[in-house]
Amino acid sequence: MTMTGIQSKYPEGEYIFPPPGGHMACPGCPLPVALRYILKVLGRKAVVVNPPGCTALLTGLLRNPADNRGESVQGLSVPFGSSATCAAGLKAALNARGETDRQVVAFTGDGATFDIGLQSLSACAERNEDIIYVCCDNEGYQNTGNQRSSATPAGAVTSTTPFPVTKLERKKDIMLMMAAHMVPYAASSTVAYPDDMIRKIQEARDTAGFRFLYFLTPCVTGWQFPSHLTVKVARLAVQTRVFPLFEIRNGSITGIKDEAEVLPVENYVRLQGRFKHFTRQDIEKMQTSVDQKWSYLKHLEAYTKR
Amino acid sequence: MKKVCTGNEAAAYAVLLSQPDVICAYPITPQSRIPEMLAEFNAKGLLKGKLVNTESEMGAISYILGASAAGVRVFTATSSQGLAWMHEGLHYISGSHLPAVMVNVNRPLAAPWNLTCDQSDSLAQRDTGWMQYYCESNQEVLDTVIQAYKVSESIGLPSMVCMDGVYLSYVSESVDIPDQNKVDRYIPPYRPSFRIPGRSFKLYERDSPEAGGYKIGGWDPLISLMREKYELHKLESRCLDAFTGANEEYRQLFGRGYLPVEEFRCSDAELVLVMAGSSVGTGKYVVNALRERGRKVGLVKLKMFRPFPGELIKRALSGKTRIVVIERDISPGQCGIFFQELKWALQGVPGKIYGFVSGLGGADITPALIEKAVTFAANNEPQDNAIWLGLNKAGPDDDYDRNTIKIS
Repeated sequence: MTMTGIQSKYPEGEYIFPPPGGHMACPGCPLPVALRYILKVLGRKAVVVNPPGCTALLTGLLRNPADNRGESVQGLSVPFGSSATCAAGLKAALNARGETDRQVVAFTGDGATFDIGLQSLSACAERNEDIIYVCCDNEGYQNTGNQRSSATPAGAVTSTTPFPVTKLERKKDIMLMMAAHMVPYAASSTVAYPDDMIRKIQEARDTAGFRFLYFLTPCVTGWQFPSHLTVKVARLAVQTRVFPLFEIRNGSITGIKDEAEVLPVENYVRLQGRFKHFTRQDIEKMQTSVDQKWSYLKHLEAYTKR
Repeated sequence: MKKVCTGNEAAAYAVLLSQPDVICAYPITPQSRIPEMLAEFNAKGLLKGKLVNTESEMGAISYILGASAAGVRVFTATSSQGLAWMHEGLHYISGSHLPAVMVNVNRPLAAPWNLTCDQSDSLAQRDTGWMQYYCESNQEVLDTVIQAYKVSESIGLPSMVCMDGVYLSYVSESVDIPDQNKVDRYIPPYRPSFRIPGRSFKLYERDSPEAGGYKIGGWDPLISLMREKYELHKLESRCLDAFTGANEEYRQLFGRGYLPVEEFRCSDAELVLVMAGSSVGTGKYVVNALRERGRKVGLVKLKMFRPFPGELIKRALSGKTRIVVIERDISPGQCGIFFQELKWALQGVPGKIYGFVSGLGGADITPALIEKAVTFAANNEPQDNAIWLGLNKAGPDDDYDRNTIKIS
């Protein structure tokens, strides 16, 4: 994992240590990058809570006792459906022990967030549990071989929504669900914008109560694009407005990132094998849906500014 | 101090005395009075820990999983469907070698819906690695919860204290509430010095003796799962001694205690009833009545079910002519669960063993029914199949194996 060039701009601490021979994420996977940034900002005292999923495969990054390159953070493996609640319990216990300065991070994927763990997430948001919940969205159950989740976009081929039927339903909007919970802080970001990502992790760290970080983490194997294009795909998701970067403070939408040049969704779609069957009509449909969502978001932001 | 209280209230008082740091219990009939009372104690400032009304039983077990992993005392209570929903979390807690105490109010699972009592809910969780205790009275519920903290926190495994729904949970009895100072002496505040007290799993260097590594409950290479289960099994087998020790200390401090396997008028008994839970009281009543009529009967009460006290059971029942198990559960397609396990424990022991299934879904196990079981056992050969005791509504078109015995 080489990150030369950007290292100096960010907090210096390193808390993930790939074992000799490499970590268990696929080539081109942005998850280790996300975890690295999170821990850089949160530091040594953070505790990571991990449900099953791709994020759990990164366990070995946290500490390899075979070498002494440094200390990592502590962690806990938890049931698939209750990452947020386990994290909240851990936080409550640390408070009871007087270790109130320790951040507890649930590091999860879209399956654990949108689907099986939604009740747990909603409950912890409602109770305003003092944790940071991170959802790395790779738009499917990628760890088990690219099955559909409710985060999979409409039209995508997955192993449980094969061609020619594909996934018919549109993607759940988890950010707006968090807005409806009036959480103190929520933010979307992606690895193509490390400055933005680091800043939002810092905002989360410095806010009290329930914090939700939502990162788009393009999946080389599930989305079917060459492994050197991860950052490009992630950036295109933002430039085409498929994945808007914005923040939510106490339920209000703010800081929607406007790109200087907006690109058509086709640029995003054409890079990915999961959309390779898309006809002109399919692309237009997707464009319409993206435009609608964008104007809805802008409308909500305008309401906040009012 | 004596108080008249229900089983639920006795459990709540035990929790108050134990002062857990984190308390989560999702309400469910017939357990709801426990979380209500704990919330009242909390609101009055008496119960000092953090009380959280979680979103579900899965939430409650997850919350205490996280809390126990960080090294504080935890409590939860549930019943029936709720326990079933906790199932996954039960494995996480025991597999990570974490202490926890749960009160389960025994109630069957739907379908069909039934809000009263049988023990099939907790017995279905017998392979999760949790200790299991079945209580006869409300006093025993209170004492066992406090003892369970002692055992769980010394061994590093979770405990499930079971009381019969309705029969104990809703029925008031006189209960002695022990002195707080004495309880504090018995279970001092739990603060393990290490950061994360559970069993650490390391992805690499499985043989490193270093404790307290990165992650608990973590992903484990397949090759060593055998060893992890072996470790859990070994730990579980230490719980019997830990309980016996904790009970002895309790007896010295509070003047009462409970054996894992209790013998009641057994020394010269030829026929022995074996029961667990609230119906033990009725069983003892029947033993006394039959003794008055000159019958040599006794009763063995099973308090501890996990770890299974096979040796103690064998010792208690060796030399008995007839052993009559009466239990509130059925493993469909097999027979009663206590019956199965007893047969295992009594391999090679002479004596006829009878398995009666009774009192399902809150049906009364009356003295008359127990006497019928005794009479049947005295005059018939044992059956491999369950004998249905108190089944009075099998339909007229019932065509199930005619050799199955139903006693109404």
